[in-house]
Amino acid sequence: MAEAPNIPDEIETRAKWGDFAFTPDNEKLAKWQIAKYPAGRQKSAVMALLDLAQRQVGADTKTQGWLPVPVIEYVAAYLDMSYMRAYEVATFYTMYNLAPVGRYHVQVCGTTPCMLRGSDDVMAACKNKGMAKGKSTPDGLFTLTEVECMGNCSNAPMVQINDDNYEDLDYDIMTRILEDLAAGKEIPVGSQIGRKTSEAEGGPTNLHAMVEENHDYRGEW
Amino acid sequence: MPKVTVDGIEIEVPQGATVLQAAELAGKEIPRFCYHERLSIAGNCRMCLVEVKPGPPKPQASCALPAAEGQEIRTDSEMVKKAREGVMEFLLINHPLDCPICDQGGECDLQDQAMAYGKGGSRYEENKRAVTEKYMGPIVKTSMTRCIHCTRCVRFAEEVAGVEEIGAIGRGEGMEITSYLEGAVHSELSGNVVDLCPVGALTSKPYAFEARPWELTKTLGIDVMDAVGTNIRIDSRGREVLRALPRVNDDVNEEWATDKTRHAIDGLMKRRLDKPYVRKNGKLEEASWNEAFQAIADVKAGSSVAAIAGDLVDCETMYAAKKLLKSMKSEMLEGRQTGLSYDVSNLAAVNFNTTIAGIEDADVILLVSTNPRWEASLVNTRIRKAVRQGHAKAFGIGPEADQTYPVEWLGDDMGLLAKLPKAAADALKDAERPAIILGGGALSIEGAHGAALKLADKYKLVRDGWNGFNVLHIGASRTGGLMLGYAHDGGIKAIAETKPKLLFALGADEMDYGLFKDSFKVFIGHHGDAGAHAADVILPGAAYTEKDGTYVNLEGRVQRSNKAIFAPGDAREDWSILRALSDVLGKTLPFDSFEELRVKMAKDHPELGTEGLVTFDWAPPKDLPGAPKGQGVHPIKDFYLTNCIARASGTMQRCSAELLHADDEMMEAAE
Repeated sequence: MAEAPNIPDEIETRAKWGDFAFTPDNEKLAKWQIAKYPAGRQKSAVMALLDLAQRQVGADTKTQGWLPVPVIEYVAAYLDMSYMRAYEVATFYTMYNLAPVGRYHVQVCGTTPCMLRGSDDVMAACKNKGMAKGKSTPDGLFTLTEVECMGNCSNAPMVQINDDNYEDLDYDIMTRILEDLAAGKEIPVGSQIGRKTSEAEGGPTNLHAMVEENHDYRGEW
Repeated sequence: MPKVTVDGIEIEVPQGATVLQAAELAGKEIPRFCYHERLSIAGNCRMCLVEVKPGPPKPQASCALPAAEGQEIRTDSEMVKKAREGVMEFLLINHPLDCPICDQGGECDLQDQAMAYGKGGSRYEENKRAVTEKYMGPIVKTSMTRCIHCTRCVRFAEEVAGVEEIGAIGRGEGMEITSYLEGAVHSELSGNVVDLCPVGALTSKPYAFEARPWELTKTLGIDVMDAVGTNIRIDSRGREVLRALPRVNDDVNEEWATDKTRHAIDGLMKRRLDKPYVRKNGKLEEASWNEAFQAIADVKAGSSVAAIAGDLVDCETMYAAKKLLKSMKSEMLEGRQTGLSYDVSNLAAVNFNTTIAGIEDADVILLVSTNPRWEASLVNTRIRKAVRQGHAKAFGIGPEADQTYPVEWLGDDMGLLAKLPKAAADALKDAERPAIILGGGALSIEGAHGAALKLADKYKLVRDGWNGFNVLHIGASRTGGLMLGYAHDGGIKAIAETKPKLLFALGADEMDYGLFKDSFKVFIGHHGDAGAHAADVILPGAAYTEKDGTYVNLEGRVQRSNKAIFAPGDAREDWSILRALSDVLGKTLPFDSFEELRVKMAKDHPELGTEGLVTFDWAPPKDLPGAPKGQGVHPIKDFYLTNCIARASGTMQRCSAELLHADDEMMEAAE
């Protein structure tokens, strides 16, 4: 389990976010999400709207965004549901941040395949850059979280930074990625060693005849 | 009607029954934690696993599986035994072994079922999970490490109480049951989650570490905090009532009780009148019974005597007082303390005719100047049930108040009763089982009663097998009092105008004693409240837990309550006080024991002689004024402090301060 987030000081948070409201653009998106569900079932859009709200908070704070309690309440009221029900959803899914995060939310996968392929090194690279699990760096740039399987096992180890995946990492590559991000450079998403999606590393180990064209193996069995 | 076999017993079960219910019908016990008859099915504790053929070759959760034709259910197979042992082992993995210091000990489902269905050992060697305690208000004490996540409390809060303030946050091992942001749960029914909790996670805060269930004497009683007549079990030890728990009665309270019913009982130990007092030179001084009686006899009131009954008294007391007054040749009896003077020529016109359970069947409900959530919380849960199931629509006239279900408020002008807005009128016209609920506040408004009866006539609220005309009383003694004739023409004011020399106040604490400045006031009651304050002689009586009594609830249901403990000090049961006093006055009452009194009362009022619902014939008065004016009122200003027992209760005062007046400065200072 990721470390339980500590909800920041309520009075301060309320003072800061008490008058949160969707921007006109987001309002449109929210209406579009609600329209996906039958009338009277608007509550079904709670996950989409919480994400939308989190992104708006992110845009306001130039970070990946989080969900202050007043924002969750705003979404709940927007959908005419009780605060508790929206709060339950927000706490259930790790996609929603209940505490402020940095501009880059680095989510390192530590589940078995990634761990066997060297996620400890990736974690070490993060820690050497001054990051600590569940905390943000003082400059507000990075927040480190250890997460469970993100479904990229064939390209292990991997991290998710904000909305993108970075795969096939090791200590050096991870260090470089973090430095590049801090310097504001563009980094290609996906595999960092030039693999196309999850193709075999170093070329195919079987079905060689299929590399160039479609080949019918059936006669050869 | 599917036919199933349970452990070889073939039975027919109702359509829509679950496998668990089928097994119960066959007399087989199925262990369970999350399943509860009055809540929705969650199916998350897995304790009710049984073997069902045909089906997958694995145990199935019987609570969520519909019984189907030809099913072969086994609750005694090796597979079931193993499944139960496995589930129990998992449940106990994160459950602390602190039974010796747990308040649930002795009445804990987990404890009992671990004994009956568990394996007796654990293979778990890791650390147990610990959860921080949550704040849920002045009634519910939490110990969340013990929680097994059955979610009964969450479902109760959402479905019955209608207050969605309890929920499960986080997930997996990190899941925690909590109130929203760990604040108090704003429900008058919050105490019920304590009963629902199958483990010791939610326990009663006022009762914390007070007693073990096996040391308590259990007495069946009737609650007097409101007019619902909640069936309760009074748990006492020695001369102290330690708690009041609801009993199951599907006609009255189902199995719920309000927080006031449960927790006002600590008020029974405070501010008690335990000695007779006589006012000498303007000051109340302790006296002996004889002195007190002599002081009353010295008034030489003749027939200028009146009796006012409070909200908490039993029928026997009222009957004895009535007899005494009759022997003194007076008929000035009144139970409507707050000065109401509605017409009582036909008791059906001031009764809750649909019955409490029956209001669930209504399809249109018009609330008139009432806040049922406070005036009769358990009637409100019935209305909520009807609205929630989607077949009922609620309208309201009078001040708006949150009822936990949507109410279309038509406005706060009582004139609307005579001229309903179109939406409500159409709804009533088209309704099959329309109902109107007239609050105690409405009866205080000139013309409202008549207008409501006209409305009942116009929209045919009374039809074949259905009487939709309801009056919601708030005093436990009210219906019984009306049956005994405690209603004087013109109400309490008319009595005051005759300037009675002698006034018997039977636990009357809500009345205006200023009206009886010149009367010699005798207060027979149990708490030092408004009545005792104004009295010239105080005769200490017994509270509802300290005497046998008959109570009639707002729907006219006669119920008997039993004596759990003795009244403190010199206090006596009210009927015996009146009997002893009658001797001194030279008008000896014709009964020497409580049983004799009951027999006499049953003779004079046969309907009070047997328990059960009294049916009043519907013959409403025709010529009542029917043009109400002005705004509606709610008679209850503070749900937690409605009577002398509740006002004396520390728990109720805390509830009132915290849940209703949290914004007051005093609380801020206290924090």
